[in-house]
Amino acid sequence: MEWLRSAMLPPQGSAFAGEVDTLYMALFWLSVVLFIGIAFPAIYFAWRYRFKPGRVTPHQTHNTMLEIIWTVIPLLLCVGIFFWGLDGWMKYAVAPGESMQIQISAKKWIWQFEYPDGTRTANEIHVLINKPVQFVMTSEDVLHDFFVPDMRVKHDIVPGRYTQVWFTPTVHGEHHVTCAEYCGKGHSDMQAKLFVDTREEFDKFMLTGGTEWEDYKMKPADWGKIQYERKGCKTCHSIDGSKTAQGGPSWKGIWGKMEEMNDGKQVLVDEAYVRESMLQPQAKIVKGYEPIMPTFQGLLRETEIQGLMAFIKSLGNDPNGGPPAPTVLTLPPPPAKPGTAAAPGQTAPATQPK
Amino acid sequence: MEHTLTSRAPVADLPRPEKNYLNATTGIWSWMTTVDHKRIGVMYLVGVLSAFFIGGVFALLVRLSLLSPTHTLFGKQWITAEMYNRLFTLHGAVMVFLFIIPSVPASLANFVLPLMLGAKDVAFPRLNLASFYLWVIGAVMAVTSMITGAVDTGWTFYTPYSTTTEGSVTLMIMAVFVLGFSSIFTGINFVATTHKLRAPGMGWFDLPLFIWGIYATAIIQVLATPVLGITLALLAMERVFNIGIFDPKIGGDPVLFQHFFWFYSHPAVYIMILPGMAIISELIPTFSKKTMFGYRAVAYSSVSLALLSFIVWGHHMFVAGQSQLATVVFSALTFLVAIPSGVKMFNWLGTMYKGNISLETPMCYAISFLLLFAIGGLTGIFLGALSVDIHLTDTYFVVAHFHYVMMGGTVIAFFGGVHYWWPKITGRMYNENWGRFACALIFIGFNVTFLTQFVMGSLGMPRRYFNYLPIYHPYHVVSTIGSWIIGLGFATMAAYLLASLRKPMDAPDNPWGGTTLEWTTSSPPTEHNFEDQPVLQKAPYDYRPEPVAK
Repeated sequence: MEWLRSAMLPPQGSAFAGEVDTLYMALFWLSVVLFIGIAFPAIYFAWRYRFKPGRVTPHQTHNTMLEIIWTVIPLLLCVGIFFWGLDGWMKYAVAPGESMQIQISAKKWIWQFEYPDGTRTANEIHVLINKPVQFVMTSEDVLHDFFVPDMRVKHDIVPGRYTQVWFTPTVHGEHHVTCAEYCGKGHSDMQAKLFVDTREEFDKFMLTGGTEWEDYKMKPADWGKIQYERKGCKTCHSIDGSKTAQGGPSWKGIWGKMEEMNDGKQVLVDEAYVRESMLQPQAKIVKGYEPIMPTFQGLLRETEIQGLMAFIKSLGNDPNGGPPAPTVLTLPPPPAKPGTAAAPGQTAPATQPK
Repeated sequence: MEHTLTSRAPVADLPRPEKNYLNATTGIWSWMTTVDHKRIGVMYLVGVLSAFFIGGVFALLVRLSLLSPTHTLFGKQWITAEMYNRLFTLHGAVMVFLFIIPSVPASLANFVLPLMLGAKDVAFPRLNLASFYLWVIGAVMAVTSMITGAVDTGWTFYTPYSTTTEGSVTLMIMAVFVLGFSSIFTGINFVATTHKLRAPGMGWFDLPLFIWGIYATAIIQVLATPVLGITLALLAMERVFNIGIFDPKIGGDPVLFQHFFWFYSHPAVYIMILPGMAIISELIPTFSKKTMFGYRAVAYSSVSLALLSFIVWGHHMFVAGQSQLATVVFSALTFLVAIPSGVKMFNWLGTMYKGNISLETPMCYAISFLLLFAIGGLTGIFLGALSVDIHLTDTYFVVAHFHYVMMGGTVIAFFGGVHYWWPKITGRMYNENWGRFACALIFIGFNVTFLTQFVMGSLGMPRRYFNYLPIYHPYHVVSTIGSWIIGLGFATMAAYLLASLRKPMDAPDNPWGGTTLEWTTSSPPTEHNFEDQPVLQKAPYDYRPEPVAK
């Protein structure tokens, strides 16, 4: 009966899909039996007792036994089906604690995904095979609905609140994500691709920070500006020379400058120094500032550090130093990916993955 | 030869009363100011059939635009996503609010209910006329809204889309608000009429089952519709005055709107289906020439469906963000609905058993109803089961399911009723062969259109989609072809029904051998329904031979 299942239901991409399909097929066969149980007598009686003039019909007003039978048997069937459905629902409703969490922010008509490390993608998600993944979702405008037919999961995305949905992908490759709650003109174009990756593929994806990198690798400073805003640098470091409330040195004109440290040493602001300041900020403190910066070890990828450096260089260098060397982002080549992506902070047209 | 095929009574050459309700008074003004329930019923019938025509044209256009994935006809793209969104919204809104909710109660029941009770009129004739005028005003507002920018919210008006989109949404909302009062007035009238105006000797369990169904419907109309009115008034206030009720941007909650909306609109599903079931409960004993099997079970099941309809609204929101406990409770309650629906089905079949069944057009509709409603009901079990519903909700599976219930159920029953009472209403018989032919076309076309949508939905095709993936294309083609067969069926029906009106009156008083009181008066009835106050002689559906006397 596998041919019948696959004729009516999408491929199974998760363990949950198998459970849903089992109940679906059970209900299908139950319906076929019950339909024949109704249709056969209806048609048979219409033929067997077709009109003959003068035939007298029996005066059967009721039969209490029959009434009880056809009340109680359907009731028992319904109770059984309810608990069967409930069993699947309980699994769908509660995400396992070890799930990877991905934030979804939906808006007309784009899917935005954000990973725990800040990686953001648009209309494209990568998840690890056989690893539960939980989506925490909210909408920026109207109702949307995250629907992955292959995984048999679906949940509305509601502005002003968070909803969640989870599954464990078990089938490697590309799956389809589609919006299932009417959201206007672009509703049917609000599509995304879900890639179920092996560990290797997934790590490669995480290393390059999402498909946005594709767009920005030729413009390292722009990439760095995004990181400046996204990773929290701007909370303490201004880029216009002013001092922020939190009071870190401004990045304007800092590149190539000789800074005096609080132990009296003179240090050149160059790649080595900037990198060290991000990953081990307590190593050298500029004179006059508090040692309050947290480390960004593990929160910044190589590409992001390089982008930030390029961004700092672009803010002008100390007139006494030499001109900054141009930065080229060279680190790991991104895996080839279909589709395009949007720059964060700007609305990109929803791509059509057809 | 006629008599070997059908149960139809020979055409009586009875002297027909010269004056009937159609010609007792003349002139357009006499119709516009009438308080006669029969004339109001006829005007409603014309109104809802016009709405059905408009909604049907929208439906055919929706199907046509999905025929090709590029929406091209003869090499040109003829429709945009915005136009498509308006089309399916108007199809839904017109069919639900202008056609199907008033269809049976306001037109057929308006005509038949007082006759069945042996009454001269409904309890509040002027209220009845007011109800019709409210319907007309609502219809005019709805049409105005269509012309001046239209609506693209879907008939459900979900927030915050409906509070932020362009178009004349407010006017459409107010139209539905007005139509709600029209429905409430009808409901009040029927409750009062059933309680107070029954013929002497007619106890509650002597009522035709049609009355039981309409009575249960009327209770829902009176109790549930005000909630819709309140909800839509709040929605209009949010749109116009920016009061934050449903839009989270201004402090509202969109899920609240869904609760409010379905608190009415689920009972409204029973406003639609109970009258359909009520008609079937008349057709099956009449054309089986056999007493109703399990009369009380069917009567009680109507009332229990009416009561259950108020406590299952949350099954529209399993994945919408309501609490998970609520979801589980609503799923459990939803399964209860299957029981009275099943009881009705089995009792109808029990009535046909050992009957004397003549397959005249109304009975063809009744049997179509049994088959189609069975599919509608059984697929409801898929959607009630929580884990399966997660996958199926908001897909074409749901679209197909409610079309099987609403069209395969109510619309089929409604047209069964139109054919059943057509001789009584117009005094004319239609062509029986064309009648059966049109019924067969509609039945076949309907299944071609919507069975494919079950498969499409199970495969993951979401509803309200303008563009779709290529894998769904073959199903869309089949479904669209099916819609043309349905359209042909209804065109045929319109042709022979209108043709029958050109004939002189030829209908006997009781062409089908019915046992309820409306068949004891002339066809068409006189202005005041009966010559004398009828007195109930025996219970309805009693087909025991008369003790020989005359």
